[in-house]
Amino acid sequence: MESLSNKKKQLVIKPPNFWERAYLPAIVHGLSITMSHFFKKPVTIQYPDEKREFSENYRGLHSLKRDENGAERCTACGLCALSCPAEAITMIAAERQKGEEHLYREEKYAAVYEINMLRCIFCGLCEEACPKEAIYLDGDIVQSDYLRKDFIYGKDKLVEPPLNQ
Amino acid sequence: MELADIAIKFGLIIIIFLISLVVAMYSTYAERKIAAFFQDRVGPNRAGPFGILQPLADGAKMFMKEEIIPTNATPFLFIVGPSLAILTACIGSAVIPWGQNLVVGGRTIPLQVTDINVGILYIFGVVSLGVYGVMIGGWASNNKYSLLGAIRAASQNISYEISMGLSIIALLMVTGTLSLGEIAQQQHGWHWNVLYQPVGFLLFMICAFAETNRTPFDLPECETELVGGYHTEYSSMKLGFYLFAEYINMFISSAVMATLYWGGYNYPGMDWVTAHTGPAIGPLIGTAVFFAKIFLFIFFFMWVRWTIPRFRYDQLMDLGWKILIPLAIANIVVTGIVITFFS
Repeated sequence: MESLSNKKKQLVIKPPNFWERAYLPAIVHGLSITMSHFFKKPVTIQYPDEKREFSENYRGLHSLKRDENGAERCTACGLCALSCPAEAITMIAAERQKGEEHLYREEKYAAVYEINMLRCIFCGLCEEACPKEAIYLDGDIVQSDYLRKDFIYGKDKLVEPPLNQ
Repeated sequence: MELADIAIKFGLIIIIFLISLVVAMYSTYAERKIAAFFQDRVGPNRAGPFGILQPLADGAKMFMKEEIIPTNATPFLFIVGPSLAILTACIGSAVIPWGQNLVVGGRTIPLQVTDINVGILYIFGVVSLGVYGVMIGGWASNNKYSLLGAIRAASQNISYEISMGLSIIALLMVTGTLSLGEIAQQQHGWHWNVLYQPVGFLLFMICAFAETNRTPFDLPECETELVGGYHTEYSSMKLGFYLFAEYINMFISSAVMATLYWGGYNYPGMDWVTAHTGPAIGPLIGTAVFFAKIFLFIFFFMWVRWTIPRFRYDQLMDLGWKILIPLAIANIVVTGIVITFFS
């Protein structure tokens, strides 16, 4: 068939000549290639000591945000849990009592907010679903651990530290 | 023999033992570091500065591991295997000339444990004993993969010992002696044997790679085909002995190559240096040069290991029997013709 692109090349397998069959020149060539790598800078990133820079839209560990007064933004509406394709998020809502206005922004808040980090696929849909800009996946890599139960992160790990600290 | 002589010999033996063990120990570290550099990595760097304590950590780990002797193994032979491997690896250093005679306080100290007149044959004997450690270990494990590894080791060593011996014969025709001490003396200055026997050196080096079971001839330990190789069933320090024996063998065969072909402790301008530093320091400089050559060879062993993939078994046999042996015989013939007509 006529070649359309004119880039077709016929491969001809030539029998190796004497020097190719002697192996030694090829071995010397190989040795020179490995020696050229000997002096290259290692590409290793020594992880806990050094960290690779994340891209700006990297999705890591979740954090529950506070507003400008330091009150939690989350109102436990449940949209994040609803949007979560991995069903990793659970929460229990509670009503804000008198005198807790500085802690919670709206009248309703999440008394328990848990994300199972073994289920989470870090898709970021919770971030997009949230109407209160309360949850962002702006954290680090999730730490390794020994027990499954330790991968269920509660509010103690998820909520941002208070502003005045 | 005076008591002082015996004490000096004893001290020399202990020093050589310690040196070969330490060199073997740090060869494991060097291997990992060099492998890392060849692969654009960092290598071990956690134990001590630059990971310099890594061999100690490895040794401690090996000793701490559980000692397992499989139920169906032959317990006696199972223990004899690694012992024999490390023993034969260690005794090879007895005939290697480490330097010229030292003269300290009017007393001449030879830097060679014993200069027997069949030094090369001794080395050959010890090297071929070494494969028994592998064979006994593989056999006693009562495991088909270990046995296959052991059989590979045995047949490989037998095949390559022939061409090794033949390559040595051409060298012996040039030197006219079997004593390693004399061979080293003959190469005074820059009259290194590799200049007269380049092909012989190449053959000897290829065979040395095969005898020490280093890549590309490391078929006895082939993870993809044999689970682990002849030491599949071994654990703890018995495994450590096998691995350690490989590194000691590498050190000894580097020393033999340096002695036979690369002038041993000789270097150009050595007379001038000895005349200016005295008979107590000059030979030690020669020894340092000798060790530099040995380390270069060890580096070359490792360089090749991280460059060339393993041979297929039939390729190994083809290379040994169809290429190396005819080449070695041709080398003998050419050497004989040159000696007969040109000298």
